[in-house]
Amino acid sequence: MSMLHTVNKSPFERNALDSCIKHALPGSAILLIEDGVYAAIKGTAHEGMVRDSMANHSLYVLGPDLLARGMSPEQVIDGISVVDYGGFVDLAVNHDKVQSWL
Amino acid sequence: MPIEVNGKSYETDEEGYLANLNEWNPEVGAAMAKADGCDLTDSHWEVINFLREYYEEYQIAPAVRVLTKAIGKKLGEDKGNSKYLYELFPYGPAKQACKYAGLPKPTGCV
Amino acid sequence: MAEPWEEEGPGTVKKFMYVNRKAPYGTIYALESLEVVLIAAAFEQDVSLAFLDDGVYELKKGQDTAGIGMKNFSPTYRALEGYDIEKLYVEAESLAERGLTEADLLVPVEVMSREALAKMMDEQDVILSF
Repeated sequence: MSMLHTVNKSPFERNALDSCIKHALPGSAILLIEDGVYAAIKGTAHEGMVRDSMANHSLYVLGPDLLARGMSPEQVIDGISVVDYGGFVDLAVNHDKVQSWL
Repeated sequence: MPIEVNGKSYETDEEGYLANLNEWNPEVGAAMAKADGCDLTDSHWEVINFLREYYEEYQIAPAVRVLTKAIGKKLGEDKGNSKYLYELFPYGPAKQACKYAGLPKPTGCV
Repeated sequence: MAEPWEEEGPGTVKKFMYVNRKAPYGTIYALESLEVVLIAAAFEQDVSLAFLDDGVYELKKGQDTAGIGMKNFSPTYRALEGYDIEKLYVEAESLAERGLTEADLLVPVEVMSREALAKMMDEQDVILSF
């Protein structure tokens, strides 16, 4: 089974997501949480990088963190799955380990 | 709680470790040991001085396992074992010897 | 009960990797990582440290913190060998991006490509990120 990567920093402030994408092996999952959710939004300067990564990785974003920041699931890039806390737990259970990018 | 040695007061933390390691001198170390009911011999000083050198080089107090191994290398295998060091410092060699050496309490396993 | 000087066996050995991605001093991550590594060394696991992104700055030679009133903890990386922690991996791309080479580092390390390091991270049982 593969790795679940979590990213909790805004791509505008830190290179956590960039570094995660560069190191995550093909087939692994990336879950955007906390300030990391800004990377999931359509129309940002980082959309290209996120879309490119979807060729090799499955992407998820944590819904409650989107809503808390005034973002709605409709604004999320197509192909990124919005999950709730239960979904977060399922992802953690369905991957054999978790690596966080801070 | 500060300790008094030769009329000078030295600040310590709640566990009796010296607050400022630059203030240390052998008399302070000996006074701390005396307060614990321990008279320091040359064998004690060998370990205390070793700890001060180790701290100077690496900026940490070593864990007891690391101290034991390093003492064995430096002072001979007959001294590089836990039994010898525990006989000298029954409260735990790293913990107790660091205190008399004026160093902070070791990080981790003491 | 065992006497204090009698050591117990390590039990199950797992592969632990500490991933360091932050520069020293600006945030507490680098120092916290080092302290966790030193504490966890007592558990006798298969430990390695990876340095990538700004984490490579943690190992830069010649750090002098006298002017900023913080403790220079860089000499402590040289103590790791005494703690039986000998696997220090540094990402080549991260060094190159910052104009650094292996000669700028204060401890012996193994420099490896991003690709090799990514594989190495995948092979771990536990990854601790700092």
